Amino acid sequence: MIHFVLLISRQGKVRLTKWYSPYTQKERQKVIRELSGLILTRGPKLCNFVEWRGLKVVYKRYASLYFCMCIGAEDNELECLEIIHHYVEILDRYFGNVCELDLIFNFHKAYYILDEVLLAGELQETSKKSVARVIAAQDTLVENAKEQANSLTNIISQATK
Amino acid sequence: MEQLKNIGRELAIGSQGSSKEFLELVKAIGEAKSKAEEERLVMEEIEMLKKKIVEPDVPRKRMKEYIVRLVYVEMLGHDASFGYIQAVKMTHDDNLLLKRTGYLAVTLFLNEDHDLIILIINTIQKDLRSDNYLVCCAALTAVCKLINEETIPAVLPQVVELLGHQKEAVRKKAVMALHRFHQRSPATVADVISKLSMKIMHDVDPSVMSACLCVLFDLISADANSYRHLTNSYVCILKQVVEHRLPKQYNYHNAPAPFIQIKLLKILALLGTGDKGASNNMYNVLGDVLKKAEPSGNIGNALIYECISTITAIHPNSKLLESAAAQTSRFLKSESHNLKYMGIDALGRIIKINPDFAEEHQLAVIDCLEDPDDTLKRKTLELLYKMTKSSNVEVIVDRMICYMKTLTDSHYKTDIASRCIELAERFAPSNQWFIQTMNQVFEHAGDLVPPKVAHDLMRLIAEGAGEEDEDADSELRSSAVESYLQILVEPKLPSLLLQVICWVLGEYGTADGTHSAAYIIERLCDVAEAHPGDDVVKGYAISAITKVCSFEIAAGKKVHLIPECQAFIDELSASHSTDLQQRAYELQALFAFDSSVVGAVLPFDGSADDIEVDQSLPFLNHYVKSMLSKGAKPYIPANERQAATTLASQHVESYVSSHSLRFDPYEKPQMPIMALTPVTTLQSDDQSIDISQKATQVFQPSFDADTPSSEATRLRLEGVQRKWGRPSYNNNSASSSAGAERSTNGASNGLDIEKASGGKQGIVPQEPKYVSDRNKQPEISAEKQKLAASLFGGVTSKADSSVRSSGRSQKQASTNRHVGTAKRMQTVDPVDSRAQASLPAATAPPDLLDFGEEEVAIAASSKDPMKDLEGLFDNTGSVPSSQPTAPVTNLPNIDLMSLYDSDLGLGSGLVSSIRVPDMIPENLPNNDSGDRLTVLDGLVTTSGAVAGPKVQGETSASSAIKKGPSLESSLEKHARSRQVGVTPTGPHPDLFKDLLK
Repeated sequence: MIHFVLLISRQGKVRLTKWYSPYTQKERQKVIRELSGLILTRGPKLCNFVEWRGLKVVYKRYASLYFCMCIGAEDNELECLEIIHHYVEILDRYFGNVCELDLIFNFHKAYYILDEVLLAGELQETSKKSVARVIAAQDTLVENAKEQANSLTNIISQATK
Repeated sequence: MEQLKNIGRELAIGSQGSSKEFLELVKAIGEAKSKAEEERLVMEEIEMLKKKIVEPDVPRKRMKEYIVRLVYVEMLGHDASFGYIQAVKMTHDDNLLLKRTGYLAVTLFLNEDHDLIILIINTIQKDLRSDNYLVCCAALTAVCKLINEETIPAVLPQVVELLGHQKEAVRKKAVMALHRFHQRSPATVADVISKLSMKIMHDVDPSVMSACLCVLFDLISADANSYRHLTNSYVCILKQVVEHRLPKQYNYHNAPAPFIQIKLLKILALLGTGDKGASNNMYNVLGDVLKKAEPSGNIGNALIYECISTITAIHPNSKLLESAAAQTSRFLKSESHNLKYMGIDALGRIIKINPDFAEEHQLAVIDCLEDPDDTLKRKTLELLYKMTKSSNVEVIVDRMICYMKTLTDSHYKTDIASRCIELAERFAPSNQWFIQTMNQVFEHAGDLVPPKVAHDLMRLIAEGAGEEDEDADSELRSSAVESYLQILVEPKLPSLLLQVICWVLGEYGTADGTHSAAYIIERLCDVAEAHPGDDVVKGYAISAITKVCSFEIAAGKKVHLIPECQAFIDELSASHSTDLQQRAYELQALFAFDSSVVGAVLPFDGSADDIEVDQSLPFLNHYVKSMLSKGAKPYIPANERQAATTLASQHVESYVSSHSLRFDPYEKPQMPIMALTPVTTLQSDDQSIDISQKATQVFQPSFDADTPSSEATRLRLEGVQRKWGRPSYNNNSASSSAGAERSTNGASNGLDIEKASGGKQGIVPQEPKYVSDRNKQPEISAEKQKLAASLFGGVTSKADSSVRSSGRSQKQASTNRHVGTAKRMQTVDPVDSRAQASLPAATAPPDLLDFGEEEVAIAASSKDPMKDLEGLFDNTGSVPSSQPTAPVTNLPNIDLMSLYDSDLGLGSGLVSSIRVPDMIPENLPNNDSGDRLTVLDGLVTTSGAVAGPKVQGETSASSAIKKGPSLESSLEKHARSRQVGVTPTGPHPDLFKDLLK
């Protein structure tokens, strides 16, 4: 089972936190502090796992962002690494070449997507297509303003190419 | 270009409903140069939000944004609880967009036990019935996070209904919700799941099926047997998955639905454990998975690793094990640290089945051990821990201690320290090595080690190898003394190690003659001085000084206390701790005696001698009789006392009124004093032959000589003192009354009395300790058992340990018998007769003493099943002969506990003291020690009039009581049997061989 998910920037700024096991606000801060100290200092060639308080934290760095998941002692670390990658791929597909900025400003979207990938600390959907479908269905409810904006982004991105 | 892109993004974001202010905030925080600046910005935001959200008529869209901002603030680690209620309100909204935001916020804000959840339940219930499947999804997501055990029934019917929803996304989430419910409270959903699991399992949608596997995994890990019949269908599913039968969209990097495969492999591992038939069915498909997994990609390796786990968990198949071993080799040889890590883990699994496999990879393992990567190092140490044998224990423990020194994280340090201790206890090649290892562990992780380990160490030093080889023992002791004197130079030693050091120096510091008493005393004073705040260490130090002095006196030498020591004694005499005070006074009292007395009171190497306790305290019978004849109330047992309290207080009043100098309004009932004098034994034990008859004889004349009035007055004075002062001051009053004696009867007499009281104190308090120790034992053993069981598979080792322990106890019984017979008939005890009744099948008439030993032996041996297992392999021949006694020895184990329960109240405060009862300063709860001391005071005052020589006789009698078989000897046996599992080995020149043979 996944106990929590953390997204931390290279500078130690928190970009997203999701807790599947109960932690109080105080404990959460302590966990984040402890883990960012532990993970951000690790060299690039070392393994992507850290043993921590009898649990294991699996992390992976994408550009300047660290994706961390805490799993139980009996879970498969490599699988967890792939779950992280699975989530990143879905984010990438959704935002279109995702970058940290997307997650900073759209953190609530990142939460919605995470909720479709993980539920109650377990991987609930292994098909990217299904996730995309549900998210798309939710997004059609959003006002037209968004569509306009999207076309605006497209225009700009095309112009800059 | 980049900038332009960012502008575009921001525009897009801005138009999605987030206001400009919020974007500014996020940007400002992103650009904040320091933590303080960020903090300031967030605080400003919080203040603003606090004002804004309470404004009336906030437009709903605006409110949604506020809530998103609250989420942001909370994510940054600040408290946004003031806005929780707004988030809860938002979930009530009809607009799905707002509702989702509300649900998102509450799932992030609230834990399942939060008070506000009760306000959401109703909304969730409504939303679960919604026609819009997106609303259902949102509600189910919230259910997974917010519903706790109590609220499950409120939503369960709706969730079950949704299992049949036409949208697979809803069905999937409903299954996950059930999974969560099952985790929270298996009982509430048991029927639902058992009814539905088959139906959901055959859902056409792979996502739903995959979700269902989560539930099934939990069910099967709880009870594999009831699902074994499903093995074939899981094998079938796995086969289909491997053969790409699932839709393409479930592929992940070309692997066919690897996440589903991994879940199935985990389930198969559970089902195949210890089941040959089920395992047989799996072999083919496991081979397929292993073959088809792509070793180049990460996910392929994840699959391979999971396969190895399954192959090593189920009934072994040589062909599969071979390929698992080959894959493990590949992992270990890989450049990637991740794969190395997995390889080490897999190796640990494989060597459980085939220990020889490790040999091949010794170099890779050593590489990992030397690797700068901390995670890899830890994993490797864990592997080494698993493969420790008596032949490589020295190297491995040395490695672990080296690593432990570098650690700062107390969580892991505790872990590794306990592993070191465990390995050392199990495989120690020699006692000397064991002591040195323990010293190192204490030195570096002393505050994290349980006190029991320290007591074990003291016991080992005191008892040596347990054989008759006295020379080896004394050599061991001198080496321990030497090493401790060296360690003492270092600053900042943990308290526990200091306690051990003080004790050892006190017992054996001067034993071999290398060090003078003055030197040892000086060192002990240094220790105490260096730790002014640690009363326990001080207590150990003063007692050690007492012992050193008494050995000197007993040897006929004159002891000159150095000034520091005198200052130390003076300090303790005025200490706030009554315990320290008493020890200081005892030391001072010692100097007044001649060598024969001191030698009898504190014999050299007395810690290994046994102390026998007669619970009925028969030497007090005459005192009790005389008190009763003077009109004292008979003793009422504790359980009957409550009812009699009102009556008793009336009694006291009438008794009191006959005397003039009473402070009636403050009078405490005299119950505690009278209660602890065991009057009940009067009838039952009158005819019994008791050990301390001599002591009773000493008492008798003393009462005759004493006039009733003076004795009564003195007793009463105790009551008054007790009432005015704190309970702990009783000790003071004892010494002051002794002092008063001295002035009238002469100095030596007074000191004699003091000593006599010391002697008594040596006996009386030990009884509760003894009892509390018994009650403590099983707890520890269970803990240890669990540890060992979790590491080595509990079933076999437990069974073996019970067989083994029975064998040992039989052996013990025979060795004890000749020791015990002499005493056996003397101690006629109510406990004994009851125990006998409960033991009809016993081969020999059991008595209290044998009992204790058996029980301790069982508890001790069950502490460490693996140790016993080890012994079992060594001499398998002894097993069958010992089997028949197994049920017999197990019986008293259960019964005895209940017998001792009644004594719990007395001894509960004294848990810490086991082997060296007279040495350990107890941290007693105040009232407890108060009660105890009251008894002792009674003894002091009553023996006040005893003439000098008689007291001397009594003192020697009391020390004689100390001897005899008891807990101590049984612990010695335990230590001896520990040796059985140990195979001494020669030096280890080659590191690799040591590690991997």
